[in-house]
Amino acid sequence: MARFGTITLVGDAGEVSTLTTSLAEIASSNAALRAFLQGLPGVDRVGADQRAAMLSTRSIKTTAKAQAIDLAISMVDLTTLEGADTPGKVRAMCAKAVRPDPGDPSVPKAAAVCVYPDLVEQAVDALGRSGVRVASVATAFPSGRSSLGVKVEETRLAVAAGAGEIDMVIDRGAFLSGDYRKVYEEIVAIKAACAREAGTPGKGDAHLKVILETGELATYDNVRRASWLAMLAGADFIKTSTGKVSPAATLPVTLVMLEAVRDFRAQTGRVIGVKPAGGIRTTKDAIKYLVLVNETAGEDWLTPDLFRFGASSLLNDLLMQRQKMATGRYAGPDYFTLD
Amino acid sequence: MTEPGRLAVRKTYKLYIGGAFPRSESGRSYAVTSSKGDFLANASRASRKDARDAVSAARKAFPGWSGATAYNRGQILYRIAEMMEGRRAQFVDEVVAADGVSARKAGELVDAAVDRLVWYAGWSDKIGVIQGAANPVAGPYFNLSTSEPTGVVAVVAPQEGPLLGLISVIAPVIVTGNTCVVVASERAPLPAITLAEVLATSDLPGGVVNLLTGRLAELAPWLASHMDVNAVDLTGCPEELAVSCEQDAAENLKRVLRPSGKVDWLAEPGIERMTAFLETKTVWHPIGV
Repeated sequence: MARFGTITLVGDAGEVSTLTTSLAEIASSNAALRAFLQGLPGVDRVGADQRAAMLSTRSIKTTAKAQAIDLAISMVDLTTLEGADTPGKVRAMCAKAVRPDPGDPSVPKAAAVCVYPDLVEQAVDALGRSGVRVASVATAFPSGRSSLGVKVEETRLAVAAGAGEIDMVIDRGAFLSGDYRKVYEEIVAIKAACAREAGTPGKGDAHLKVILETGELATYDNVRRASWLAMLAGADFIKTSTGKVSPAATLPVTLVMLEAVRDFRAQTGRVIGVKPAGGIRTTKDAIKYLVLVNETAGEDWLTPDLFRFGASSLLNDLLMQRQKMATGRYAGPDYFTLD
Repeated sequence: MTEPGRLAVRKTYKLYIGGAFPRSESGRSYAVTSSKGDFLANASRASRKDARDAVSAARKAFPGWSGATAYNRGQILYRIAEMMEGRRAQFVDEVVAADGVSARKAGELVDAAVDRLVWYAGWSDKIGVIQGAANPVAGPYFNLSTSEPTGVVAVVAPQEGPLLGLISVIAPVIVTGNTCVVVASERAPLPAITLAEVLATSDLPGGVVNLLTGRLAELAPWLASHMDVNAVDLTGCPEELAVSCEQDAAENLKRVLRPSGKVDWLAEPGIERMTAFLETKTVWHPIGV
């Protein structure tokens, strides 16, 4: 059992909260979880907003910008989560993930495609051995309002179909009513369901991304608590939003989450990824996030293994900017696919 | 003891992009002088990023404006003429300062500009009749050709004729449903910004006309090479720049209007400026049943 030793968290105001409990003890009861999560230092809202705003004023130009664009392309989880999704649309999106710009083979591949569980099979077929991963949302996405049994079964379905990554939503109702233990147990159960049985497509256990849906968590303090809760329960990634709720990903919220993964590594040695999703549409936005990652969590996180963008329209803007840098003239949307 | 004079309230001449009046993203400006060399005002000196933003705004406005009925577009153009009439004195002053003409001559030029707008407004529902046709075909089909707007047009306004010339290049572009990004006369941009204030208050949807002021040589190549611009009007481009712009425009087969020689803006305009930015759509429809 990994001991936490002495957990020292320095809050924004400089206050120090210290815990000398183990991971198992923290999660042993709702009271213990609540004591730990409520004991996390509060987030200085104004400070977080200002820090994010300040970092987004950085000017990234020429070679650094070219590098940032390629990095951002390789971090995109190309996403389609509509009721009207068809196998054909998923296949088209997979083709785009493998070769984002058919006219330019030097463009890196996207990180993954993200679909509903029933379309995982089509995505796995279409992507083959391209190296682009298949992510599937699960657990009664986007609301998460269903029984644990249904959620686990849905996760198994997606993993069995070959999904390499599972994007689960937490039960925000339970979280907001203070039932942290329930949220914790759900994440643990879904994590267990991510184990791949022998004989099914794909290799290795599926990675678990936990969607906090920060737009419904109301405060940055809650975002910090939910981040820690998800990481304690075994998440491989923490993700801001489903994309179905406004506000979706914002810079300050991502900042709070990046601080959480940084502190979590310092305490436990485990490295957790972060994925902002929803509302990131322009290259400028994407570069702001990359600056935030570099300045908060550090350079180690500047890889598709640890940082992703959940987006669909962002990719086209990245490609247009890339083409603009290559040709020296502004690109037009007519020359890129719609989805 | 003399009474202190009232402090002058001077106008800040800004750009007109997407229905708003932003300063240049670059923060630059340049001094505009009268024909006699006296300082008039500082105008924004737009950068290529302002041009890019203007193209985005024009693209965004295109579906709404091209989808509006011809009657509606005509009414809005007439409304612009009404608003200009109300600002006649201001336009006269600005034309006098810019061109060094007499107040009487300037008044005639402003009247001509208003009349030109009304003339083009009348064409909105008629150009389709002139350009369209029911084509005879060897089969049981209606075959109808209708004219459609080209899309986003980058317009280099003439350097001479700061108001009449400007109206004469903008009106024919927008009356048929195109949207445009206009680079105003580099030497005399002030009437263009005043016109933008008129446009902003004349029911014209934001983004249909976007006005940039600044160095032509700095802006025109970016617009001519922009892949999301569908046509360019190089009327105000000097020869050498026009040649390179026309070459850039070939990259995505933009339509190019490049009049030869000096244009007399007071002459009857004809419909060429409208038809230059129209495309013909032909539809086959079965007869009967």
